[in-house]
Amino acid sequence: MKVLVPVKRVVDFNVKIRVKPDNSGVDLANVKMAINPFDEISVEAAVRLKEAGQATEVVAVSIGPAKAEETLRSALAMGADRAILIETDDTVEPLAVAKILKCVADTEKPGLIIVGKQAIDDDSNQTGQMLAALLGWAQATFASKIELGDQKAAVTREVDGGLQTIEVKLPAVVTTDLRLNEPRYASLPNIMKAKKKPIEKRIAADLGVATAPRLKVLKTEEPATRKAGIKVTSVGELIEKLRSEAGVL
Amino acid sequence: MAILLLAEHDNRTLSDQTARALTAAREIGSEIHVLVAGKDANAAAGEAAKLAGVSKVLLADSDALANNLAEPLAALIVSIAGGYDTIIAAATASAKNVMPRVAALLDVAQVSEIIAVVSPDTFKRPIYAGNAIQTVQTTDAKKVITVRAAAFQPSDAGGSVAIEAVQAAADPGLSSFVKDAISSSDRPELTSAKIVISGGRALGSSEKFKEVILPVAEKLGAAVGASRAAVDAGYAPNDWQVGQTGKVVAPQLYIACGISGAIQHLAGMKDSKFIVAINKDADAPIFQVADYGLVADLFDVLPEFEKAL
Ligand SMILES: Cc1cc2nc3c(=O)[nH]c(=O)nc-3n(C[C@H](O)[C@H](O)[C@H](O)COP(=O)(O)OP(=O)(O)OC[C@H]3O[C@@H](n4cnc5c(N)ncnc54)[C@H](O)[C@@H]3O)c2cc1C
Repeated sequence: MKVLVPVKRVVDFNVKIRVKPDNSGVDLANVKMAINPFDEISVEAAVRLKEAGQATEVVAVSIGPAKAEETLRSALAMGADRAILIETDDTVEPLAVAKILKCVADTEKPGLIIVGKQAIDDDSNQTGQMLAALLGWAQATFASKIELGDQKAAVTREVDGGLQTIEVKLPAVVTTDLRLNEPRYASLPNIMKAKKKPIEKRIAADLGVATAPRLKVLKTEEPATRKAGIKVTSVGELIEKLRSEAGVL
Repeated sequence: MAILLLAEHDNRTLSDQTARALTAAREIGSEIHVLVAGKDANAAAGEAAKLAGVSKVLLADSDALANNLAEPLAALIVSIAGGYDTIIAAATASAKNVMPRVAALLDVAQVSEIIAVVSPDTFKRPIYAGNAIQTVQTTDAKKVITVRAAAFQPSDAGGSVAIEAVQAAADPGLSSFVKDAISSSDRPELTSAKIVISGGRALGSSEKFKEVILPVAEKLGAAVGASRAAVDAGYAPNDWQVGQTGKVVAPQLYIACGISGAIQHLAGMKDSKFIVAINKDADAPIFQVADYGLVADLFDVLPEFEKAL
């Protein structure tokens, strides 16, 4: 069974972004970029399935600028076999990403698509669910455990009250949550090897998918900031402040 | 045209988050139908029927809807979507699961986790862990929206409207429920509690977490939260995680114990009314958002705090 893993190039999670002074967006000039952390978890999950003999091939796919090739190289260095880059410099909303991924899935015919539950830039948490809808497949979101069976998978999901286990028919879309695994660091030899692995490149516009944004971004602003308060020196003082000043106890 | 509000419930009771999403819905339009989809969910539907501002409650009852599986629930919503121009829900785990599926089936965008309604088609939503706020306008004929419940006050009870049965759509039969491991406790819900006390990596073990954090929570009638580090390490269950990729809370009082204050954690709690930070590192970033900071070893001060309450 082939596993398809979409990966997104995003601002590194350690970077505190800045809003442009004219409120036209977020300043991404010279900002450190990285693979979306949830996608790293997806790649790890797929590679482990291959190592366990449950998957035959791991294909990473990214939709984004030419530089997303670096993101695909990270996935290849972790153990993906080959990659597909669908190039575009436009903003692609989750629905458009899902439509492009559906095109890729239609030709690649994977048995499983493992998608990060959320990209840490737009925080949408939509793509996997939308892809499952467009393909008419089952979805198992927020996975903390995946067990493959015959033509089916049991997936444990992180939900608001705790955990839920469901069984989905394959092919299916699974989205990954933080506890699914701890992604490996790519070793130097694997980083070198990844440089030779094939990346197929296509232009998004050639796929015949309507990708025009449906949302108009009117402005992007700084959030309201909190100002630091005071330091108290004892538990007694803390309780006194909470009672008389804040009135919350 | 009317608004369809998908209810969050456990068949018996309606979540407070739905009453909060209702407040957002009422800023968008006035004809609001609440969809309660489940199995034997009459009690939850009854609660929805009492909320002020609701025009009608739709109750869909079927085995396939018992466990919030995405495919049958999305099929149901899409089957009645023709009568609505807005489909909205609180951004709970189950709504985050199903709403994008609905949006894609309707070929429209979803606006995730709105924190303000600017006009019926324009909303504010946080991006980059809340470090920027976008104002977005939808251009689709139908709007699919999830609401960050912590950003809205709950609508009060006050009405009493009719409950109408709707037919569940055919179950696509793609997935099935196996089991739940739902934690039960007498403590308030994390997302609606007035006070939240959270523990971080500093707690060191689940035993210590229980021993040090829970008695204070008990005394304060507080809900318990945790940082990702504490959840990853197994000190606290996953449903306690507060942050960008966990739950977002905005209680009257948030007490962060042994939590450094990474942006991903702040994303989930920085709209709390008052923040207390207890941390032994005076330079921990959490102090930059805390109203009251106590530089101390939490293992010393939390038992003292508990006794003094
Ligand atoms: C994709 C992604 C998503 C994430 N999502 C979230 C999220 O939703 N929520 C979240 O919380 N994090 C999230 N994180 C993780 C986040 O970046 C931090 O790693 C995490 O919040 C740190 O947890 P912590 O503060 O408990 O641990 P640490 O950063 O290790 O801080 C521990 C703190 O405890 C203090 N301390 C130690 N001993 C004591 C003592 N005895 N008494 C008092 N203080 C003490 C230390 O001074 C330190 O400040 C995410 C990260 C990524 C990459």
